Amino acid sequence: MIRTIYILWLRQIKRYLRSRSRLVGSLGQPLLFLVALGYGFGPVFQKAGQGNYLEFLAPGVIAMSILFTAIFSGIEIIWDKQFGFLKETLVAPVSRFNIMIGRTLGGATVATLQGIIVFFISIAAGFRPANLTLLPVALLIMMLTALLFTAMGTAIASLLEDMQGFQMVMNFLVMPIFFLSGALFPLEGLPGAIDIVASLNPLTYGVDGLRGALTGQIHIGFFNDFAVLFAVTALFMVIGSYLFSKIEI
Amino acid sequence: MSQPKNQENYAIQVQGLTKKFGSFTAVDNISFSVKRGETFAFLGPNGAGKTTTIKMLTTLLRPTSGTMLVNGYDPINDQDAVRRSFGIVFQDPSLDDELTVYENMEFHGVLYKVPDKILKQRIEELLNFVELLDRKNDLVKHFSGGMKRRLEIARGLLHTPKVLFLDEPTIGLDPQTRNHIWKYLKDLNSTEDITVLFTTHYMDEAERVADSVAIIDHGRIITGGSPAELKKTTNTNSLEEAFLSLTGKKIREEEAGSIDQMRMNRRMWSR
Repeated sequence: MIRTIYILWLRQIKRYLRSRSRLVGSLGQPLLFLVALGYGFGPVFQKAGQGNYLEFLAPGVIAMSILFTAIFSGIEIIWDKQFGFLKETLVAPVSRFNIMIGRTLGGATVATLQGIIVFFISIAAGFRPANLTLLPVALLIMMLTALLFTAMGTAIASLLEDMQGFQMVMNFLVMPIFFLSGALFPLEGLPGAIDIVASLNPLTYGVDGLRGALTGQIHIGFFNDFAVLFAVTALFMVIGSYLFSKIEI
Repeated sequence: MSQPKNQENYAIQVQGLTKKFGSFTAVDNISFSVKRGETFAFLGPNGAGKTTTIKMLTTLLRPTSGTMLVNGYDPINDQDAVRRSFGIVFQDPSLDDELTVYENMEFHGVLYKVPDKILKQRIEELLNFVELLDRKNDLVKHFSGGMKRRLEIARGLLHTPKVLFLDEPTIGLDPQTRNHIWKYLKDLNSTEDITVLFTTHYMDEAERVADSVAIIDHGRIITGGSPAELKKTTNTNSLEEAFLSLTGKKIREEEAGSIDQMRMNRRMWSR
């Protein structure tokens, strides 16, 4: 069982390390966000009395790259579903649950690595973590966030028949999750409706915890952030495994 | 078609197998059996139900009704025993393009719990058999269709299955490669006493290779027997003529589902 999970995990890692164009391409976006938004909105943010915007933004951009990478590695199952590899694994004498776990852990590892790389990019852009002793906490939050959204991607991919639906998922789910999470702006004093959406959005807690660990500014609090992240991750792991076990090809 | 009597002598037995998708009946109450060591061809026009039948035999789909035995095990209730019993080459390539030849084989070996001690040796033997040993550290994405097929055949044999399913193994390949692939399969049939069930649209292949064939159309088995018997009963000179006289000459319209569209996209995307 462990070997099955391990080989599926290893496959995800190898694929990630080998697709250099994907690796480089996926770093362009966070860099653009940091430079264009970080430097662009910096002066306005400062005048509004909110301090250094780059410092505020960097945890949000790290969370963004984790979100996108994680969802995408879950969604990859659609591709594998009709062509290729998934069939090969589904006719093997191993349980679907182990397949799902191995894949999800692999995808989450990749997403976490991506987050770590973006962390270093933001340091190059001028970001400085406030408290180095909290870095392990930041890493833990990154891992949980990665796991949560890989499992969510797996669940979605199990339901979709083809890649046509992917655009819809991006526009109506992933983008709102990102924009309404407090990654780009502070959550204080928002209109009621947005406030409610943000508080229902699991990424809000990932961003908040990450920002707390990296900069010391925290809005919700570590305890609640961890509680929500753990609970929602567990929920999506269960839903993802269930839906994955129902795939027929 | 002979009815199954003694399951020891049969690699595959199917009785009253039916699969419905909503109101559409893809496979309609079919029964057939394949003797151990036999090479069995499943022939039929597009959309006849061949792939659906293979999916049910290989535990990927649950039948609506009917019973099956693969290597003496039931694909519905005894999935893992069935899965260990067969190897399969799918209609669409099912290799991981980002992995090397060896890694694809190793992945399969781990999933099928081939013991570490013999895994490496077995992989090398099989790669040698399909003439890919010198390419074992190359990424699969640079391979031609024929090389991928050969690798898939080697992979399907890695866990020493009793039954090998091949769903259109030679589709889109040039005659040289097709010849090669059938040579491997014939060799295998004689050396490892493996049962082969394959589907194809190339009637000349089926005529040359198969010990017996079943012709399926609209989800029903129309007839079965050895190629010689079919030619005799239809009074034709080749299996192709026999096939056409049994299934008619009308071209089948198969609706292009999302899978076909993805297949096209994939062709456009890959170089």
